Amino acid sequence: MASMSASKVLMGEPVVEVESLGATYTGIPVLDDISLRVYPGEIMVIMGGSGSGKSTLLRCLLGLHRPSAGRVRLFGQDISGLGVRQWVVLRKKMGVAFQGGALFNSMSVGENVCLPLREHTRLDPNTMRIMSRMKLEMVNLAGFEHLMPAQLSGGMLKRAALARALVMDPALVFFDEPSAGLDPVVAADLDELILRIRRAMQISVVVVTHELESAFKIADRITVLDQGRILMTGSVEELRNSDIPRVQRLLTRTFEEQPVDPEAYLRRLTGGAD
Amino acid sequence: MHAMGLRGFTERLGRRFAGGVEDFGHGAMLLGESLFWILLGRWWQQPVRVRAMVAEMMQVGVLAIPVIAILAFANGAMMAMQGIYTLRDFGAESQLVAGVATAVTREFGALITGIVVAARSGSAIAARIGTMQMTQEVDALRVMGISPVRYLVAPILAALMLMMPLLTVLADSMAMVGMAVISALQLNMGFATFVDQVWRALTPGDVWQGLAKSFIFGVMIALIAASNGFNAQHGAQGLGRATTRSVVLCICAIVVTDMIFTFFLIL
Repeated sequence: MASMSASKVLMGEPVVEVESLGATYTGIPVLDDISLRVYPGEIMVIMGGSGSGKSTLLRCLLGLHRPSAGRVRLFGQDISGLGVRQWVVLRKKMGVAFQGGALFNSMSVGENVCLPLREHTRLDPNTMRIMSRMKLEMVNLAGFEHLMPAQLSGGMLKRAALARALVMDPALVFFDEPSAGLDPVVAADLDELILRIRRAMQISVVVVTHELESAFKIADRITVLDQGRILMTGSVEELRNSDIPRVQRLLTRTFEEQPVDPEAYLRRLTGGAD
Repeated sequence: MHAMGLRGFTERLGRRFAGGVEDFGHGAMLLGESLFWILLGRWWQQPVRVRAMVAEMMQVGVLAIPVIAILAFANGAMMAMQGIYTLRDFGAESQLVAGVATAVTREFGALITGIVVAARSGSAIAARIGTMQMTQEVDALRVMGISPVRYLVAPILAALMLMMPLLTVLADSMAMVGMAVISALQLNMGFATFVDQVWRALTPGDVWQGLAKSFIFGVMIALIAASNGFNAQHGAQGLGRATTRSVVLCICAIVVTDMIFTFFLIL
């Protein structure tokens, strides 16, 4: 479990505030009435099964998907009405580590990590190189800056993406499925890395994942999503002690028996023919 | 049954039309945003990088030189051969140079350049942006506060706007060389005479017409290819479709625009 207790971190103005958020995807509702807050220094894990809406929620938080209802505030600013310049200022305070890394294949690891510095600062190339090496050192990738993304393993890709997310010294970092596709040892290393970086940089972290073990290890609080709605938000202990059946099924990985209507089943099989 | 078929047809037609309008709108938005970043990016402290532009100029321009040179040379030679064959019946071979030189500078130089660049770079641009879209690299740019249009599209647009007229000059010149070779072989025309006839036949307006067209073709290739790349979805198959669509649309747009241009400039 995360070293910082939930009571200790829930202080100050929330860095992320979501109010009654709704979202649709190609006309189909995927999120409904989502409200949550992430406080400074907190690690909030958004958890849920496949199709629960957690990736759409993350895209709404990042301003990549326009919600159909409700609002998202980042650092106290409602993101729905932001202009280009305001977005740029806000984005400099955030970092995102995507599931597949999303490193630019035409650039080396070092160039990838330097990119935000090159685009947003007027630092000289040597300073940028030193800063990017510091971040690569932080994620245990020092000495690999000359490699191309195609030459990295899955775990290294995610760490390089993390270094790029951290290079502007953000106050808030988002992780999309950090341990997906990694073996248990590498996944555990990455969890440790997230905790270490939170401690070292005093940042807030939002992690979207479906990995229970990882969530329990790093989370201060966990929000559980199911079918586009929040089932509960609470600490790891509160989650374990929850009596909500769907939360318990998620924790114990219990198969949920679906009642079968034989006539509807037959109709589906025959495509509605008599 | 007949009514349902008609209804399905009109629905499909309506969807296609709406899709076309949407594509046009997306292209117009890309053009506006790219021009904004090219002209005002520095003022917004988000400049379009010269290094990126030079890299694109290499890709879309310099590397296309051999193909364009060969095709334009062959085209000039073919037009000269056809011209001689046709004009011989009327005993008017002396008019060959004037006719072919005008056609090449007004039409075929720009057209060949446009088609080659559309086939080479139109597909490459759509594939590159489409892949970046699918691997979340475009999203990564957005969340880093870097406009994907400024970073990806503006350098391509600027490079094509600069390189297309230059490549057209090359295509015109190579077509003339092709024509000069055939004129020398078939009509025993000396090089000095050939140059003199070209000089007399062409007006600055002929050359400018071709260059203006090639500039427009460059803009169209950049926008159509980038737009198709950004809209690529559904994995490898979708990427292939976007790439093919990009090339087909680019070539169709070039030929139709060329025809419209010619209609208004000649008639």
